[in-house]
Amino acid sequence: MGVILPKTEQELSEAVAGAAGPLRIVGGGTRPIGKPVAGEVLSTAGLSGITLYEPGALTLVAQAGTPLAEIEAVLAAENQRLAFEPMDHRVLLGTDGTPTIGGVVAANASGPRRIQVGACRDHLLGVRFVDGMGTITKNGGRVMKNVTGYDLVKLMAGSWGTLGVLSEVSLKVLPIPEHEATLIVHGADIGAGVATMSAALGSPFDITGAAHFPLTAGGSADTMLRVEGFEGSVAYRIEALKALLAGHGDMNTVEGAVSATAWQRVRDVDWFADTVDDVWRLSVKPGDAPDVVARMGAEAQVQLGWGGGLIWALLPEGTDLRARLGGFSGHATLIRASDAMRAKLPVFQPEAAPLAALSAGLRAKFDPRGVLNPGLMG
Amino acid sequence: MEMPIPNAKLLANKAKIVARLSQVLPPEAVIFDEAETRAYECDALTAYRCPPLAVVLPANTAEVSAVLRICHDEGVPVVPRGAGTSLAGGSLPTADSVILGVSRMTDVLETDYDNRFIRLQTGRTNLSVTGAVEEHDFFYAPDPSSQLACAISGNIAMNSGGAHCLKYGVTTNNLLGVTMVMMDGEVVEIGGAHLDAAGLDLLGVVCGSEGQLGVVTEATLRILRKPEGARPVLMGYDSSEVAGHVVSDIIKAGVLPVAIEFMDRPCIRATEDFAKAGYPDCEALLIVEVEGSDAEIDEQLGVILDIARSHNPVELREASDADEAARIWLGRKAAFGAMGNINDYMCLDGTIPVNELPFVLKRIGDLSQEYGLDVANVFHAGDGNMHPLILFDANKDGDLELCEALGADILRLCVEVGGCLTGEHGVGIEKRDLMLVQYTEADLQAQMWVKDVFDPAWLLNPAKVFPLSVSQTRRDVAA
Repeated sequence: MGVILPKTEQELSEAVAGAAGPLRIVGGGTRPIGKPVAGEVLSTAGLSGITLYEPGALTLVAQAGTPLAEIEAVLAAENQRLAFEPMDHRVLLGTDGTPTIGGVVAANASGPRRIQVGACRDHLLGVRFVDGMGTITKNGGRVMKNVTGYDLVKLMAGSWGTLGVLSEVSLKVLPIPEHEATLIVHGADIGAGVATMSAALGSPFDITGAAHFPLTAGGSADTMLRVEGFEGSVAYRIEALKALLAGHGDMNTVEGAVSATAWQRVRDVDWFADTVDDVWRLSVKPGDAPDVVARMGAEAQVQLGWGGGLIWALLPEGTDLRARLGGFSGHATLIRASDAMRAKLPVFQPEAAPLAALSAGLRAKFDPRGVLNPGLMG
Repeated sequence: MEMPIPNAKLLANKAKIVARLSQVLPPEAVIFDEAETRAYECDALTAYRCPPLAVVLPANTAEVSAVLRICHDEGVPVVPRGAGTSLAGGSLPTADSVILGVSRMTDVLETDYDNRFIRLQTGRTNLSVTGAVEEHDFFYAPDPSSQLACAISGNIAMNSGGAHCLKYGVTTNNLLGVTMVMMDGEVVEIGGAHLDAAGLDLLGVVCGSEGQLGVVTEATLRILRKPEGARPVLMGYDSSEVAGHVVSDIIKAGVLPVAIEFMDRPCIRATEDFAKAGYPDCEALLIVEVEGSDAEIDEQLGVILDIARSHNPVELREASDADEAARIWLGRKAAFGAMGNINDYMCLDGTIPVNELPFVLKRIGDLSQEYGLDVANVFHAGDGNMHPLILFDANKDGDLELCEALGADILRLCVEVGGCLTGEHGVGIEKRDLMLVQYTEADLQAQMWVKDVFDPAWLLNPAKVFPLSVSQTRRDVAA
């Protein structure tokens, strides 16, 4: 089968309307997460280009197939960025390809700064998409304040192409701060690490990243706390944090590019990159993290983000983590595993029956023929 | 304002419906006497009034569920109501509908500073959420101007914002979870004390759905540590264009103020007459506020003042203490009251791309002259949310209609320049008939599908958001 490659929104609409069977929607193909989808490939690579960028209004509009790198370069030239720092899944998943902005939105791909500024969905101002019958639809717009009708923008973010194929997205952008620094506290176990992060996040010093790497053979436990802003502000806040966290452990500070590189590695879960085992991503109440991690068993290796609210877990191939954990508050997503495992276990956390019914109902409305990445979010 | 014709069968059935509701609620929670229902005949869009069939005031989720089950069974439309502060008619009833008010549900259920959330019943007022956490130096960020009175339930229904939203986002960016009762009485939990949706972002679509998808009885909200301090600076300019450039330059310089407020000359003059805050008589006034420690505030203000000076202000005023800071804000906070002192007024909340402000102000000025009605403008310059205040005389025949027509033209203008009909207040009934200015029928179908899934019977607040002709077939099936 060839690849369907629409060059315009109209062609995309016709391609979906004329679909003879299931479609596998592909942006850059760098995030093969979800249940494997068998279908004709529909690529968004032909829908590329920034259509509007107003730095003074903090607004950027781009077609969904625009390479993320192109957007980031254009923003950087004006000293601006996508503040939710989308994860580059190629590192963890070993994929090739060029991530697209549509893929970022469809996956709600975000990074450590999520705890301060929100996820991709919190920066998404508007969408244009083609639904499962090929109907061109829009929601939101390009202004930050918009409560005109229902918020389908949030619904489309993180819907993994199962409700519609994005053709264009509008995003809020933010300035790149003058400076950044990271305070690293050494030697804490997970409980103490979460307590340190909690103290920092509960302070007025505006933490923009809070991550923890527990003890591993040959390694040491590090708790990382990032602050960003004007130079004076960053210096002040680092000193204030040191005073606040005195007694939590030995500390050192890294700044500028060294800090940035460290957080890029945290963002991309670089630590699990060259391994073969399965990777799970859990979202929990931060204070629950130590207990949840303990229940994973001794073979689990973990990296915490969001002050403990995000747990990346590396587990032996084929582990059914949800069965092992039993009930817990939050959700677990199987991010990296063999096709066979992803076909066998639910990849996304099964929802309680009433919510599952709502989700199924929405899919039946937006994609009545079941052609858009069918079953991916199972 | 067209509203659906009340269902005669339901009107005839009132006694039975009231009797069934009275079986699941204590007597004081069911209001059906005609005179007493009149207290619920309108919200803050007072031009439109209609007493409901009955009013119920449940005290908890179980009672809400019992009420909805009965109404679902009887085919009675339900209009949820928080504090009734909606400026868009969000809780305007029809004569055959039951108002479901959550004002008795105000408890704080759980406060967790380590995990930075509060869980509460949604009838609680917005400001009292901060009130519940402020002794620990925390606050709840979304701060609509009505925060003293408005309820969290309404905030969630309308996805309310406030002056702080440039830095902290609006309700949907601060909402972690809800307990919601569906129209058939089923209780669902969406989200919780953890971040991100497990699958589809159902929480994200519930927020801003104007009471049409379910009744939210409990919510988990993000709370934040208060910054160490805040300080405003006031600037006056002789041109709104220049003021716009100042804002744009401040943003591009990497400063993220917690608030950027703009007032035009008519608004400044009315406010000065009323509040005597000492504002300069100029074309455009800006109040910019930043947060942090004293040193951080100084650093940010240094950048801001350099930019402000480079554009030749007619006035530049810093605050050296809390009193001076309060005086800078005094006029802006009294602005709406000042307008109300002159006349009746209609407050719009169309949003525009921020760089379009000078053009839009000029066009509003032209329209104001054409219609013969004065318009003053307040503007959230950081996010583009306008508040044109149209003065009219409610006692003068035809003035309300004239005012509404001018308002509609202003909102059309907002959409024309790439903005939207409403940035904060929601559609309700007020902008319902303008929805096709911003969206196509296909766009509205997609939104209505969501309601089809959550409320197949179309009984929850059915006369709102969608033009009646567009929602007709769905509402007819329900009736």
